[in-house]
Amino acid sequence: MLFLEIVMVAMAAVRANVLRSVLTTLGIVIGIAAVITMVALGEGAQQQVEEQINRMGTSILTVRPGQQMWGGVSRGDAELSVEDAIALRDDSGGLLTVSPEQQSRLQVTYKRWNSNTQVMGVWPEYFEMYDHALQVGRWFNQGEIQGRRRVVVLGHNVPVDLGETPPELLIGETIQIRGILFEVIGVLEEKGDAAWMRPDDQVFIPQSTAQYRVMGGRDRLNSIYAATETPQQLDMAFAEIDRIMRRSHRLRAGEEADFNIRNSADLLATFNETNQTFALLLAGIAGVSLLVGGIGIMNIMLVSVTERTREIGVRKALGATRRAIMTQFLVEALFLCILGGLIGVAAGYGAAELMTRFAEWQTSVAPEAVATAIGFSAGVGLFFGLWPARRAAALDPIDALRYE
Amino acid sequence: MSGEIIRTRGLTKHYVLGAETVRAVRGVDVLIEPGEYVAIMGPSGSGKSTFMNMIGCLDTPTEGDYWLNGQLVSELSDDQLARVRNREIGFVFQTFNLLPRATALHNVELPLIYAGVGSRERKRRAAEKLELVGLADRMEHKPPEMSGGQRQRVAVARALVNEPALLLADEPTGNLDSVTSDEVMKQFDELNEAGQTIVVVTHEHDIAEHAKRQIHLKDGVIERDFLNQPVETPA
Repeated sequence: MLFLEIVMVAMAAVRANVLRSVLTTLGIVIGIAAVITMVALGEGAQQQVEEQINRMGTSILTVRPGQQMWGGVSRGDAELSVEDAIALRDDSGGLLTVSPEQQSRLQVTYKRWNSNTQVMGVWPEYFEMYDHALQVGRWFNQGEIQGRRRVVVLGHNVPVDLGETPPELLIGETIQIRGILFEVIGVLEEKGDAAWMRPDDQVFIPQSTAQYRVMGGRDRLNSIYAATETPQQLDMAFAEIDRIMRRSHRLRAGEEADFNIRNSADLLATFNETNQTFALLLAGIAGVSLLVGGIGIMNIMLVSVTERTREIGVRKALGATRRAIMTQFLVEALFLCILGGLIGVAAGYGAAELMTRFAEWQTSVAPEAVATAIGFSAGVGLFFGLWPARRAAALDPIDALRYE
Repeated sequence: MSGEIIRTRGLTKHYVLGAETVRAVRGVDVLIEPGEYVAIMGPSGSGKSTFMNMIGCLDTPTEGDYWLNGQLVSELSDDQLARVRNREIGFVFQTFNLLPRATALHNVELPLIYAGVGSRERKRRAAEKLELVGLADRMEHKPPEMSGGQRQRVAVARALVNEPALLLADEPTGNLDSVTSDEVMKQFDELNEAGQTIVVVTHEHDIAEHAKRQIHLKDGVIERDFLNQPVETPA
């Protein structure tokens, strides 16, 4: 009963000074907003990683050219060749499904439309590995690889870039890639982005065609992808790829590899490092502004105690105990902080929304994070409100009554 | 009737101010019985404020004993004194000391809040005392919207709301003009007639004349203690 009365008195004091109260809580607001945004970003990034790993395929290893070292001196990037890809496919005893990737960003034109598009030279296995589905038409086949045929499968968004032509009407049409004529044989279903990969905006042609007809005859792959049947086979596949690549590159035992083997999760972790750096920065801001905010609360509470010295004297003369006075001021500090926390949660939620909308970072505000933030701001209120409250409680009623 | 509201024995208060010890009150023995109306007088520096603070349980004596309404209160802790002030004493101050942002009703409720009385009962009792002092129509007004006399009557209602054993007034008319002073003092007279024990600290003789007994302090000791002649009240 008494406690409830004291809470109401404390709240009335906050209400009596709305502007000052809101300004006082600003530090807490910023701190909590930063915490919420940070957690939302972290949570969002985590979800994104999981989604992307699923979308990229959980059982795909990527072989990339590495640095070629000779006596501690870099001799530039090593190269991956089609031979390497063939070796991986033929020597792994059926463990691996393999596709090379030789890609370049090139001008693609159809009638009077043109677009700058990523052209991917791959094997038919690539579609199987990444679980691509066709909207219309067909894949290219082994015969077309061997024949270096000029056929192309378009990503889902490409027909839109080419004059919003309906996909069905594009089948059998001729488009130009870097001025070379290609026949459209298929259009893919929508796939969505996966990290740096945007398959919906790409076009796919046979790797041999890419190498000999489009990209100037150089046998230089960007990557080789190797998939296993199940994720459990990845470790085995890793060792197998290492063995085959070393033999193919004629590396001696103990010599450093001139290629990298990565799995999807590793690559995504690198990709998401920026997000984490940003989250860390926000954590710093949150920490500092909660501290500054707490000191602000303490400061204004001390001012409040001084301003209301006489009121404290009256209350004590009328029978308020130390505990009653202390509770009153502690509740006031607590109330200010929780108010700041609530505004901060709303602001953080808004900031996360803005980041999703404009920076296209995935965010997710977890209810536990909100509860933690409110709890934390209450903690700040208790910690920084304690000293002013104790000062108020310790005032001598005679001095307080005489205070001008 | 137990026969005493206030009994002090050798009540003494010393202050240490730097190297100097100020002996504000030097052994006061006083007995005040229920229904008495006492004025405590004395020039500034006579120790009357210090004496009043001890009587009001706002301060504890350096030496000596003090029984309030039969309870030895000179040995109590801060929080115990707070409870005694809450139950046994009603204060009326020179500067009213009302909470400026609270309504008259809420101001009068304050002592009951700290006594732990429920909201409905509190409002009923506070309203009753405001009616008693003639402010039934001002309950929702805040002190800045009221005249000095009205404010002091709110303070009187607040002092009475806990049915205290002792009404203790410190220069209650010091901030009032002579007309409103008379009103407030008339109120005190009526309360005393109804049986309320009252102690008024003042330096004005015509205020002291309202009381039935005067105690004059000088240099921390009682100089004179006498009964007033009954005042002829014109009809």
